[in-house]
Amino acid sequence: MKDLYNYILTIADNSLILAQRLGELCGHGPSLETDIALTNISLDLLGQTRSYYQYAAKIAGEDKTEDDIAFLRIEREYKNCLLVEQPNTHFGYVIGRQFLFDVYHFMLMEKLQNSKDETLAAIAKKSIKEVSYHKRFSSDWVKRLGDGTEESNKKMQEAIDDLWRYTDELFFVTEAEKEMTKQGIGVEISEFKEKYYEEISEILKEATLTIPENKYFTKGGKEGIHTEHMGYILADLQYMQRTYPNMTW
Amino acid sequence: MSETAHIETHLIPVLKTVSDPEIPVLSVLALGVIREAVEEDGIVKIKLTPTYSGCPAMDVIADDLKAAFSEIGKIAEVELVLSPAWSTDWISEEGLQKMEEYGIARPLSESHDIDVLLNEKKLVKCPQCGSTNTHLVSQFGSTACKALFKCDDCLEPFDYFKCLK
Repeated sequence: MKDLYNYILTIADNSLILAQRLGELCGHGPSLETDIALTNISLDLLGQTRSYYQYAAKIAGEDKTEDDIAFLRIEREYKNCLLVEQPNTHFGYVIGRQFLFDVYHFMLMEKLQNSKDETLAAIAKKSIKEVSYHKRFSSDWVKRLGDGTEESNKKMQEAIDDLWRYTDELFFVTEAEKEMTKQGIGVEISEFKEKYYEEISEILKEATLTIPENKYFTKGGKEGIHTEHMGYILADLQYMQRTYPNMTW
Repeated sequence: MSETAHIETHLIPVLKTVSDPEIPVLSVLALGVIREAVEEDGIVKIKLTPTYSGCPAMDVIADDLKAAFSEIGKIAEVELVLSPAWSTDWISEEGLQKMEEYGIARPLSESHDIDVLLNEKKLVKCPQCGSTNTHLVSQFGSTACKALFKCDDCLEPFDYFKCLK
């Protein structure tokens, strides 16, 4: 049960932290349409997170609720990958981060639909419909910015170059994932690693961007070792629960 | 409405009075989000499925259902189910018509939906003047289920209900 709990969080925490990052853009998007789009995506991810956390809370027992899991863990207990916690430096970074995650997320959901765990399979079947919209949006923008003006191309390239180092971690396998895959519940992520880089490369090429050759990759998030940005995210995210313990809306 | 939904006939009149807070002309039945409604030992048990995972309307709908049944002296329990996942195919024909009259364009087929959301074809019918000379303004609209369009004939902006399958 501990492995299943951890496995659920490995998937769900990505959605929570990315939703939080996108939520920061509410009212600050570069245009009205992108502002609405990014917060819509945030809402989808948050909805998915709730489904996962409700399930995880049920497994944890001890009267745990989805809110405890979202708000009352310490940094080391969050299992999201480093990619999703990277800041909204500029619109190129927002789109780059979204794109690199969406392509992965879609492939993960495709496989998770066949999980032996009925609840996870149901969440995946629901989520994949939403994620396909996200992927279309972010891929479209990578192409628009990459194949846009000299300035937009430069900024998009800068973001992809900077974020590239976090892509390998998406395929890092934790102990919980190993165990869950063995039981037919988890997804064998290595199976689509090649396909992931192929699809990414194809879109980058179409966007007239250069595929980074950097082979230096960073990891740690999935095991709770985060970049310095994580503390700031949690300070924002957990503020209300830490200041007014057990408050409800 | 989904063909597989199991809804007891005597509960339908009450269910019809509860609508989507974002699209008030659409009852929860026409929207196809009621998966099951049965009365057991005096308690109405309802299974509700969300349109989109994060749709805030779901909490409101669940509360409205309970309130509607309490008005006729019945207790209702609402459970959220995810599987099978909701599809725009579950919106009834009557629901689609009401939606159009309300000013929201109805979802197209899956392949046409992609065409219009990438602004490659003009297929969405303007709910105001009926023209298909329309273009996409934003893939995402005022709620998760809609995209924003504009009619190039009558110049009115309008919502398009995205296809979800």
